[in-house]
This record gives sequence, C-alpha cells and structure tokens, in this order.
Amino acid sequence: MLEILGKTKIDFISKRNYAFGFSGIMALLGLVALIQIGRGQANLGIDFAGGTAVQLKFEQPIKIDEARRVLSDHGFPDAELQEFTQGNKLLIRVKQQNTIQEDVANRIVQVFEREISTNRFVVDSSTAIGPTIGQELQRKAVIAVVFSMIGIILYIAVRFEFRFGIAAALATFHDVLAVLGILYILDKEITLLIVTALLTLAGYSLTDTVVVFDRIRENLKHRRRESLEEMINGGINQVLSRTIVVSLTVVLVLVALFFFGGEVIHDFSFTLLTGVLVGTYSSIFVASPILAVWRGSRGKLLKRA
Amino acid sequence: MKRGIRGRLLLLSITVLISIIFFLPSTPVYPLLPDWWKNVMPSRGITLGLDLQGGIHMVLEVEEEKAVENLVERTASSIKDFLDSEKLPVASVKRVGPSDLIVTLSDPGKKADVAKKIEANYSNFIQKESQDNDLVYHLREGEVIRIKDSATTQALETIRNRIDQFGVAEPLIQRQGARQIVIQLPGVKDSKRAKDLIGKTALLEFKLLDEDHPMSRTLPLSITTLNEETFLAEYGSKVPEGDELMFERLIDSETGEIRKRPYLIKKRIMMTGDVLTDARVSIGQFNEPYVSISMDGAGAQVFERITGENVKKRLAIILDNNVYSAPVIQDRISGGNAQITGSFTTQEANDLAIVLRAGALPAPVRTIQDLTVGPSLGEDSIRMGIRATVLAGILVILFMMIYYRMSGMVADMALVLNLIVLMGGLAAMNATLTLPGIAGIILTIGMGVDSNVLIFERIREELRQGKPVRLAIDGGYDKAFLTIVDSHVTTLITAVVLFLFGTGPIKGFAVSLSLGIAINLFTALVGTKIVFDFINSRWKLQRLSI
Repeated sequence: MLEILGKTKIDFISKRNYAFGFSGIMALLGLVALIQIGRGQANLGIDFAGGTAVQLKFEQPIKIDEARRVLSDHGFPDAELQEFTQGNKLLIRVKQQNTIQEDVANRIVQVFEREISTNRFVVDSSTAIGPTIGQELQRKAVIAVVFSMIGIILYIAVRFEFRFGIAAALATFHDVLAVLGILYILDKEITLLIVTALLTLAGYSLTDTVVVFDRIRENLKHRRRESLEEMINGGINQVLSRTIVVSLTVVLVLVALFFFGGEVIHDFSFTLLTGVLVGTYSSIFVASPILAVWRGSRGKLLKRA
Repeated sequence: MKRGIRGRLLLLSITVLISIIFFLPSTPVYPLLPDWWKNVMPSRGITLGLDLQGGIHMVLEVEEEKAVENLVERTASSIKDFLDSEKLPVASVKRVGPSDLIVTLSDPGKKADVAKKIEANYSNFIQKESQDNDLVYHLREGEVIRIKDSATTQALETIRNRIDQFGVAEPLIQRQGARQIVIQLPGVKDSKRAKDLIGKTALLEFKLLDEDHPMSRTLPLSITTLNEETFLAEYGSKVPEGDELMFERLIDSETGEIRKRPYLIKKRIMMTGDVLTDARVSIGQFNEPYVSISMDGAGAQVFERITGENVKKRLAIILDNNVYSAPVIQDRISGGNAQITGSFTTQEANDLAIVLRAGALPAPVRTIQDLTVGPSLGEDSIRMGIRATVLAGILVILFMMIYYRMSGMVADMALVLNLIVLMGGLAAMNATLTLPGIAGIILTIGMGVDSNVLIFERIREELRQGKPVRLAIDGGYDKAFLTIVDSHVTTLITAVVLFLFGTGPIKGFAVSLSLGIAINLFTALVGTKIVFDFINSRWKLQRLSI
C-alpha cells in the first residue's frame, strides 16, 4: 500500500483558537471586500458594473503605455488595460456608461486602427453590457447564494443535526469570504465567471466538510467512551489521508487549468485553486472546532454519546 | 451473486452504448456513418457555445413607448389630411405627451363638426376635454397595451426576417420577458455589419424641404461633426414652426473625413416606407451603388400625387432621421418606382436593401447586452481547454494508478466511463457546451476521483482490520455510501440553485455540473463495484491491489 500518511493522531481541536483568529481576520477581509463591492468601489467586472470590454490581438507586441496614451487622447482616459503577452493580446475595459448605444467598442477599434496603423490586429472579443443587466445579475447572484445556503443548511440539518448544518454553512461562508478577500487584495476583477468559481468552491468546501462530519457522526454513535474532542479529532484524522489525496488530485487538475487553460479561465482557476486550499483548511480548522465549541446539549446524536 | 453481476453489467453496457450513440454526432466519425444510421439515430449532438466557436450574443430592448408615440404622430398627420379633404381645415394637429393629440381649430365655430368627424373615423381615440380652440384626444388604454405588446412581436419578426436575408446558420432569436429580444448568431465574423443590420430601425420617410423660408438659404453647405454643437446653438432656435433641421452624412472618398450637410425640412411626413414591396441594389453610370425601391398600388398613387403637386421642389429621403438624398422633383412620377442614392459602399447599399425589404421596426431598439467573440479567441479557447483537460486527465489517471495500483486502474476506468456518459447526456439534452461548462466537467472529474478515494480508503481500513478481501470491499462500499450521497447531494443543491437563478455562462456550468454529479453517483456506486465483484467472482482474490 502506497500511503502519503499513515495513521495520524494530530490534535487539531486544541489549536482552534489560532485557527479562529486567523479565520476571523480572513472573514473580516472578505466582509470588507463585500462592502466595497456593494459600494461599487471594488474591481467589478463589466458584467456587473456595466460597460464595454474589447480584446484585441495584435501582430506584434504592443506597448501598453502607447496604447494608454492613444486611448486617453481620444476620450477614454479611464480605460483599463490588461496585457496578455502570450499572443500579443490587449484587453481594454471602459466601465460605467449610461448607454451602450454610442458603441464604445467600435470607437476603440477605430482609434487603434487610425493611431497604431503599423501594428495590425483583429478583434478577439467585445462585450458591452448595460447597467440594468449588471444590477439584475447582482440581484440574481445574491439570491442564488442565499437559496443555496438555505438549501444546504436544511439538508444537513435533516441528515445530521441543525448545528452541523450551521457549522458547515459558516465554514463555507468563511471560505467564500476568505477567497473574496484574497481576490480583493490582489485587485482581481470580479466577473460572472469568478462568481461561478466562488459558488463552485462553496460546493467543494461543503463536500469536504460533509465527509469530515460524516466520520464524526459515526464516532459519536460508536465510540461513546471518548470525550467529544477526542471523537472530533479522531474523525478528522481518520479521513485525513482521503482529504489530502482528494485535495491533491483537484489541485493537480486546477494547476493544469491555471497554466494551460488560456486567459479566459485563468482567474477562474486561480479562484478555485485558492478555494480548494481554504476549503480543505476550513473543514478541519473551522467547521469541526465549531462542533466542539457548540456542544448542543439536546442534539439527537450527542444524546447517544 | 453471479446473476446480479450480469444484470448490473448489462445495465452499465446499455448506458454506455446509448451515451456513445448520442455523442456520435459531435465527433469527426459521424460523417463517415451510413445514411440509414443518420436517419434513425440522434443527429444533433452537442452545440458549441459562442465563446467556443465565436459569434454574437445580443439582448435588445424594444422601446415600445416609442411605437405608441409613432402611431399617435402618424394619426395626427392623418387627421389633418382627412379634415382638409373634408373641407374642415384646422390650424394644427399635434401630439402631446406619450398618447395625446391636440387639434387646434382655425374656426371655433366648426368645433362640433370637427369633433363629430374625428369621433366617427378615429374610434381608437377618445375625446378627453375641449378648451376654446382646442380639442384634446387620448389614445384608448386598451389600444396602448395592444400596440406595446405587438411592438416586440413585430420587432422580433422583422429582425428574424433581416437575419434570414443576411444569411446566418442556426441563429437563435427569442423573446425574453415583455420587451426584450435575445439574439445569438454563432460564427458571424463581421460583427459590426450584423449589428448595424439588426439594430437599425429602418424607418423610411419622405419629407419636403422648406425652401421658402429665408433661413434655408443661410445654412452652411456642410459642417464637421465637431462643429455640430456650435451650429445647433446658432441655428437651432431659429427653426420656424413646423420645420426641423436634419443632416446628410457626407464622406470624403479620399480622406475618409465625415462631414454633415444641414437641411431645413418640413416636419410633415409625406409618405413612409411601409408601402414598399421591394428594394434592390443597382449600379449607376458612375459605378456608384444605389437602391431602387418599388411601391404597392396605393403607395404608387400617393407618390404620384405628391410628386405631381410638388414639381421643382426638393423631396428629402430620410432613413432613421438621416437624410440620404434630397433630389429635385423633375416631374410627376407614376408607377411607384424611386431610387435612393447617397454616399455608400456596395455592401452598405446591400444592407440598406435588406432592411428596407424586411420592413421597419415598429419602434427603436436599445442594445442592453452585447457579447461578441471573434473566431480566433474561440479556437484558442477550445485548443487550450482541450489541452488543459487532457493534461489534467493524464495527471489524475497516473496519480490514481500509482497510489492505488490495480484499484486505481478500476477508478480510472470509471473516470472514462463518467466522461462518456456525461458527454452522451449533454448530447441527449442538446446542451450547449461553453467554457464554464468545460470547467464544470473538470470539476466533476475531481468529484469522481473523490468518490473513489473515499471508497478505497474505507476498503484499506477494513483490510487493516484483517477482513478478507470480499468483505473488505463490501464493507468499504457500504460505509462510504452515505458519505458519497451526502457530499454529492449538497453539491447538487448548489448546482440546481445555480441552474435556476444563473444566466448564460453560469447556467451552462450548472447543467454540466448537475449532470456530472448524478452520473458520478451512478458510476461510483454501481460501475466500479461491478468490476470488483466480477474480478472477485472469477478469481477469488486473496490479496487486493489497492
């Protein structure tokens, strides 16, 4: 048998205060990011904020300073530029217009055609989104998050116990917040695709938590002589090698996506990658310790214990 | 036990076979298949999303209140003509607000007569009030609702017509909600042209120039687009009652500079484009393209009367508030044929003919979402997506084989089965595969591995306790069962919520994720178990390679 880990006996629960401290900071960071998004101060993608994005593919490398100068000379001083050196691509974003009838995308293309005529290019993609659509999407994203949280808490409450549901939901929410905080600090653009990634990682983190909880539940039923801390620790240790093997395979997949998946899903895979790490951490260091802290005197599983 | 294995094996083989049949149309093998197969078996396969094959996705909003305004406007001019012909001339008939008309009398004594005539002939309007010289009419509410509703339906029809004539393979044109239209044009390369064609209101109007007013002689011959504001500031306030300023776009064929020529035009609409029966591109004697139009019988009569009454005057041909040309009427024109000239290229003339043939939109449309993906980005994305997926797949397969050896190979086989059934399922649903969809598939690969790892770790635990192989396998599957169900169901909840509330790319992601989860459950709990049971029943394993 090839094993990464043998039988382990690590005392995770005793380290919960450090974990809670660290997680508290990460969650706080995420809350700041969330508030900034709500105030429209964060780096919101045009699919939420409304605006125009044009991606051009040039024949020769393009100087980003020159592109910026040309754009600001022709009425786009606020345009954001992002360069993909692979394939000489340039992404230009203009946010927050009142209407897209004026066809900003077309004007940008014309500016480049006229001003940088020596370097030919093709339009890779262009996106224009009116502000009403962005608000609609924001609303739907919030609804989706709230509903999936409720659904998950209910399911776990039925299958396990109410406090398990709350602990799992808290841990999952913590993961989403922590990753959001990291994205905010790195000034990554929050797009629809990133929101998809956040929801996916919520799903992943949840799966991970459920697997650990499942083992703790089993221990609660069978190992009645041990203390609660021992049973929780035991559960985490018993599934530890599974946790590590699975995280490792998912990380393998995501690393491949991150490096070779192309620019469109680059940030997507980055978000998932951080999410898997945070999600694995949180099942062990956030969700499980909550069960140790919140003992739930009348819980049906604990009664047996 | 042996019978049980056979039954499950059969179920698994049938599932895989059906999946392959559904997925075949999306593979390069399909064109080689015999015709009888193509006739009987599924033929749609998986459609590639716009992000993978390039194309346009647009959401348009119909400004339906404009359709109401247009109708009121047209009725105003029709009432004026009607009263003139009934020898009951009035000073003016004007639209006020979105759906009201004011008829201003020149002779207050005729008020009752006028009101009676209007009531008899324009029953869709209802008289609201009357002050000294004015009669105010209001478009009936039911009528307003009907017009608004039909505006979007008509716009949809017209746009579909235009796209059909433009020639796009498999366009999607759909109504969304009360006033939005979703358009998807896969594979369209000239996006600007397609957008112009779709978004143009294409309202063709014929109006007379006001050459009698002294202002028309003081207008500059042309202005640059930059000077437009100063021009409007200077002349805008001096425009006489009943007239308006309009521009013709002039493009210098050598420098490409755009200038505008102002015209003083009488507001009254002489005729609109709804009488057109055909529009064709022709080439003039200087090799310049123009569009020749033909009108129906009634239109031809009106046109003949207008031209007859206005010989030597200039008639402006206006499309969407842009003057195309303003020729001098040389003579009465009968037969209902006319030409629209202007400075445009052959392609522009071609597109103009298309929009004129397809008819005008009942109201202007506003683009509220517009995603265009060039074909090269789509190709890049596909290439990189496939490369990343293949690489990820190989890494996972190798890892499982090294870590779990023979059992790992069983898991790898399950992984491949998973992918085949997932592709078959997506094909059976005629799903559209997008980039986030691929991401969803990759995620299910991860989850598939998770199920197997859970089972294998449990089997290892059982083996460590010294249980014989068969019992260890059964025990491992039993104990992992609930864990796998719980973890899959929680993720499925998220995926279903995403499907219900997500739009566009998120929906694609949710579809492949939920389908993937369901298939995972099946292969993890049924698929791999069969293999173990089968091997075990054949060889009675003493040691398990895990």
